[in-house]
Amino acid sequence: MTDIGMKPHALSIENLSLEFPTYDGAVKALDGVTIQVGNAEIVGLVGESGCGKSVTTMAATRLLPEGRYKITQGTIRLFGRDPTVMSDEDLQQVRGKLVSTIFQEPMNALNPTIRIGKQLVGVIRRHEAISRAAAETVAANILSDMLIPEPSRIMQAYPFELSGGMRQRVLIAMAFSCNPGLIIADEPTTALDVTVQAAILRLIQGRARRTGTSVVFISHNIAVVSQICDRLYIMYAGRIVESGPTRAVLDSPQHPYTRALLRCLPERVQPKAQLESIPGTVPNLLDPPAGCFYRPRCLEADERCHAKPQSTTLTGGQVVACWQRSKSQTHVSNEA
Amino acid sequence: MTMTVPGERSLTALAMLRSRLHFLWYLTRRSPLTVVGFLIILLVIIMVIGAPLIAPYDPNKVMLSSRLLPPSSIHWFGTDEVGRDLFSRVVYGSRASCGAAFMIVFISMSVGVFLGCLSGVVGGMFDSAMMRTMDVVLALPALVLAMALAAALGPSLFNSMLAVAIVRIPAYVRLSRGQTLSLRERIFVKASRTFGASNLYILRWHLLPNALSPLIVQATLDLGGIVLIAAALSFIGLGAQPPTAEWGALVSSGRSFILDQWWYGTFPGLAILVTAMGCNLLGDGIRDMLDPRLGPSE
Repeated sequence: MTDIGMKPHALSIENLSLEFPTYDGAVKALDGVTIQVGNAEIVGLVGESGCGKSVTTMAATRLLPEGRYKITQGTIRLFGRDPTVMSDEDLQQVRGKLVSTIFQEPMNALNPTIRIGKQLVGVIRRHEAISRAAAETVAANILSDMLIPEPSRIMQAYPFELSGGMRQRVLIAMAFSCNPGLIIADEPTTALDVTVQAAILRLIQGRARRTGTSVVFISHNIAVVSQICDRLYIMYAGRIVESGPTRAVLDSPQHPYTRALLRCLPERVQPKAQLESIPGTVPNLLDPPAGCFYRPRCLEADERCHAKPQSTTLTGGQVVACWQRSKSQTHVSNEA
Repeated sequence: MTMTVPGERSLTALAMLRSRLHFLWYLTRRSPLTVVGFLIILLVIIMVIGAPLIAPYDPNKVMLSSRLLPPSSIHWFGTDEVGRDLFSRVVYGSRASCGAAFMIVFISMSVGVFLGCLSGVVGGMFDSAMMRTMDVVLALPALVLAMALAAALGPSLFNSMLAVAIVRIPAYVRLSRGQTLSLRERIFVKASRTFGASNLYILRWHLLPNALSPLIVQATLDLGGIVLIAAALSFIGLGAQPPTAEWGALVSSGRSFILDQWWYGTFPGLAILVTAMGCNLLGDGIRDMLDPRLGPSE
């Protein structure tokens, strides 16, 4: 899983810690996050709101507000390059061409005053020196690849004329339009109807598989990501608590938090039964608890949990950061 | 799946035009005053462009034999103290008065929007310095400041234009800066950044089009006020100089005859009144159209 082959990883984040300085002190948004996204791999990043999923990917594409955050340790490599030292021109080249982002809210992610086609063509021509007509053909092709009927009519439309699902398809088309090597899908189905969620997931997966694009799929819904991801990373309060191949994580979740997440899925509950929830709330990252951040909510916590748990690699590629699992450890390492 | 056939496209374009016209008709039916404002402005524009065709006489031609004649079928608005036809002078005066007003709005809007967008995008010290400077300009009464500037630059139509334009800049700076700041945080601007758009592209295609509607409203509403200020400057002798026909200057020279020759000052004054009112009606109407959330005024 972590072999450093000829080609660099699409995204490689090593032991990244990041904080936001505020008047009340530093908010430690990320603490030793390690994520590897191989080429043509679809990776899920799962966790509750505010656990650092989006911050991780925004740090990787340098979309966080400049000067408002501090990387205290660790490295980021996008296709082998360090985005934190890129010039603005390089960044603009990289964004769209190498990395694209699909946002959560399709309602607001398109400019309401410009026709769909023009927006798509703008993105394409930004990165490829082709004529307007050629770009329009490319755009129409991608739109029809996204199963949008009558792409030429849609291209003449303004965003307000389209439904949420249609707009999200347009945005996915936009993200794929320059054939980037990596796509960051930041909760792309959260704002959509359940009836179109699956279709959107298939579209992203299908296109990514066909073009060999890597995808980082961010979601708070473990059921959604598990449908299309090769591997999962479970985040809690700015740390990766568990990672591994999707099947392994789902079949034998090791971290108490992962188990709790799986218990909370409504589809696993009998009709009219009480829905599960995890007691307590996410810790305040201004002043996190000592040791394991999940300790205050954890049912299995004991004395050892007051110290920071080490990552343990299990057979089958699963990595878990929990004292309760270190008994059955094969070897201890800091790397995923 | 398929590209549109050219004939099909033109057909949809026609349908689109028709639906747009229909929409316009719907809007006008809802607010007849807007239509009145629009017609007034249209009339003024026609007057400005077609002055030589409309005016029956040379506005500067002195005819001492026909001094101070009352309105008649020969001289619709009467004549002045040296026998110049007042109707022709009012028609030609629209060129000076409204031309100046358009120029002022154009100058202050382009400078103001440029500075405002820049201020919003750059931020930091530059933004603070810019906004405090604009606050200083805003703190002074517009007419007084314009008078001071025009007096300092020397009395001429161009200088008074410049003075009024400078006075009106802060309104546009503040408006466009505010728009820029709020738009900058919108998701489609951020999304555009993730697709690698440059600052210039974002400014041109994302910020400007979305900031435009309040700016258009502001400009139209401003036009009326500016016609008044420009006329006021000419009235006190800081604007257009004789013998240039300009509404404010005409009212000024008609002032001394107002008791015996009422038509001299009245008609240019009415021209100012009607134009300013037209601008305000149209501005209000456009605002109601562009931002239905605000609801009709009054």
